Amino acid sequence: MSDRGKKAVGVETIGMTMRFGAFTALEDVSIKAPAGSFHALLGENGAGKSTLVKCMMGFYHPTAGDILVDGREVAIASPKDASALGLGMVYQHFTLVPSLTGAENLVISREKVPGVIDWRKERAELARFMERMPFKLPLDVKVAELAAGEKQKLEIVKQLYLGRSFLVLDEPTSVLTPGEAQEVLGLVRAMTKAGDLTVLMISHKFHEVTAFADDVSVLRKGRLTGTGRVADLDHRQMAAMMIGDQPIAALDSRADPKPDAEIVLKVKALKAPDRTGLKSIRIEDLGVRSGEIVGIAGISGNGQKEFLEVLAGQRTRDAGDVLVKGSPYGASRAEARTFNVRFIPEEPLRNACAPRMTVAENMAFRTFDLNEAGKPINWIKMSAIRTFSARLVEQFKVKTASLASPISSLSGGNVQRAVLARELTGEVDLLIVSNPCFGLDFSAVAEIRARIMKARNAGAAVLLMSEDLDELLELSDRIFVMSDGALVYETPIAQASVQTIGEHMAGHH
Amino acid sequence: MADTVSSAGVPAMLGAKGHLTALEWIARRAEAFVIPVASMIVGMALFSLFILAVGKSPVQLYETMWRGGFGSWFSIQNSLSRAAPLLLAALCVALPARLGLVVIGGEGAIVLGGVAAAATGVATSGAPSFFAILAMGVAGMAAGGIWIGAVGALRHYRAVNETISSLLMAYIAIALMNHLVEGTLRDPASLNKPSTEPLADAYRIGNIPGMEVHWGLVVGVIACILSWLLIEKTRWGFAARIAGGNVRAAQVQGLAVGPLIVGFTALAGGFAGLAGMLEVAAVQGSANASLAAGYGYTGILVAFLARHNPLAIIPVAFLLGGIDASGGLIQRRMDLPDATVLVLQGMLFVVILFSETFYGRFKAFNPDLWQRPDLLKGPDLLKGTA
Repeated sequence: MSDRGKKAVGVETIGMTMRFGAFTALEDVSIKAPAGSFHALLGENGAGKSTLVKCMMGFYHPTAGDILVDGREVAIASPKDASALGLGMVYQHFTLVPSLTGAENLVISREKVPGVIDWRKERAELARFMERMPFKLPLDVKVAELAAGEKQKLEIVKQLYLGRSFLVLDEPTSVLTPGEAQEVLGLVRAMTKAGDLTVLMISHKFHEVTAFADDVSVLRKGRLTGTGRVADLDHRQMAAMMIGDQPIAALDSRADPKPDAEIVLKVKALKAPDRTGLKSIRIEDLGVRSGEIVGIAGISGNGQKEFLEVLAGQRTRDAGDVLVKGSPYGASRAEARTFNVRFIPEEPLRNACAPRMTVAENMAFRTFDLNEAGKPINWIKMSAIRTFSARLVEQFKVKTASLASPISSLSGGNVQRAVLARELTGEVDLLIVSNPCFGLDFSAVAEIRARIMKARNAGAAVLLMSEDLDELLELSDRIFVMSDGALVYETPIAQASVQTIGEHMAGHH
Repeated sequence: MADTVSSAGVPAMLGAKGHLTALEWIARRAEAFVIPVASMIVGMALFSLFILAVGKSPVQLYETMWRGGFGSWFSIQNSLSRAAPLLLAALCVALPARLGLVVIGGEGAIVLGGVAAAATGVATSGAPSFFAILAMGVAGMAAGGIWIGAVGALRHYRAVNETISSLLMAYIAIALMNHLVEGTLRDPASLNKPSTEPLADAYRIGNIPGMEVHWGLVVGVIACILSWLLIEKTRWGFAARIAGGNVRAAQVQGLAVGPLIVGFTALAGGFAGLAGMLEVAAVQGSANASLAAGYGYTGILVAFLARHNPLAIIPVAFLLGGIDASGGLIQRRMDLPDATVLVLQGMLFVVILFSETFYGRFKAFNPDLWQRPDLLKGPDLLKGTA
């Protein structure tokens, strides 16, 4: 296993078609990644990218079409066959065992692990293997203690250790800082240039595609809509291939900020335990004014989630104050109503909806216990809930087969639209949003960002936490960086630099 | 501040799709009926194999079961009598289930409710019977409510698994009852079967006129209807369904999840305690070990078969009451132990639990797939829950 002199293999799909019942997920897709190339695969959610790579990895059996490896037709009936041919995949989320060290993770990932492991021998072999690798990693440290960039490197090293010479990278930089992303992709790029590896990278970041890939293929609605040398294409052309001619919601132009507007949210000397209970998050002083978007950047796992939970009343705090319009705020339903506070948590289906309840019911979560005059009621009227939801579904263009469908049957973008419809109607004074566009497609992202900007322009104070730096740069008036549980850096948008923000995210200051 | 709900013009906004057609309405509800019924048939088929294995005729068995449970006015009354405590015991499972909790310790609440009611009946002796019976009911509900409410509180505030704690609390409750009826509360006259002092005749609950079925059946049916109204029509029920559907979503909406859980579990336990009180006041006449007759456990099966819908509990409890009632006849006619019906109940339960995996799988029950085949999601092997 560990002695691999194998050079990169080229992979090609010809006329790949995949149908699930009446639904065609992939239609006649032919892409070619020659040995030693770095090929980018672009497309919106549901465009068929993951279906395509799952066919290549043997998870799906295509309805029609062939896969060629080094020009020869191969049959890939299972993931085992794929790995025997040297095809491997690095998933978007880590698949390492956090409680084991890097070395242990590598050894147990092998197909054949001896019943008794001779760790001295394995370690020596691993050391020899790592000498040949461009990636430098501490293999004797528990994976849980590695930084995200190191984990991603270890994932890639694991595939190489298993003898793979063609790798699918599924959005490999989504959890990395800009600096880490540069480093990891740079190393991978160097390996392809040396002819040791062929890479197919699923991505939605155009600048990464431009900087690292040789070729790009674009999928839309299961069809190949464009392919070519990256050097010949600009971002606008790639975007056009991805989304076709559908209109994209334009961002409201930013209303002038009012530096002396009322401070709606004030957090002072806040201290709360993080999820491990070992460390704590500390927010010394944070104020969000009416009519501004304050962005919080940071790599996930640096306390953003805990901070949000404190604001949402899901986590108790040890010390400090959360004030809304000058009054202590405890996130009860009554307080949220009095002060017009709205939360839009990340992954709405998991955090803001009851998946098996209907679209109509989910859209009524905030208002079901009020009557038309806004007075509390004890008896629910389903007809009123349906009327109310039908109106919101229309206003926010939620695509649903029926108001009685379970909300889990909707696509991610439409779930988020439903949640936005619920939370952004009526008067909003404070809006707290977390990763609102995670995993959504192009047009949904544009529309959702436009809605947030509109709320800001209408006078809402917006606290936006996001792992997507581009999103923060597009929307925020000020950006904070959160690292290791504290706000370590603040910059107005005019002076914001990706470089500096990235360094603070990585904790290099 | 809050949105006003306009009642003007619903349709036309979603076209034909926005309105629930009758067919769609039926399809969405048929699933919760067809799957349990099909599961029961499968369970009965499996039970037939068991009967064949012990060398008897399944046909004769089911025929006997029909006669023993539902074949005559006498057997129907017998089944209804057994259904009465099952209705309340099933509510003890169904109400917490709507909040996402699996409480299986209703037996404990029944037993304690019975003891509390018996003790109250003895203590209030001399009071007008209406007040005494009312006090017994309140005492029974309070005892059961505290018991299961504690399970809910442990769950929410201390993250103790409610399934395990309710089961263990049931053992404690039974031991506590034995301790009390054999000790402090024992009627010295009860020699063979330690019991509390018998209730005065005026404090006994009688039969529904014209039937050999006590008033507990009516109480149970009313409790089911009230529970249904609570869950489906009130804001507390709606909040509970949100919390049961996704507790994080409920918290983000500022709903008081803790009080909801404690309130619903306490009410659930209260119903089970009421079942214990009815057993004492209508059947046993005193509290003794017969209170732990297994109604709490059969109630679990009833609630799961009814998919935790309080209205569906009513027919299902009658059905299971009938199966229970037929045990004696099966024993006499077919020379099988009366525990045979427990084997059937166990098999039904396993099949019912298994059938949970079928919900949402059938196109016939999912109108979304009729109009929008593109909503059909392909099998997603690689995606996790994220």
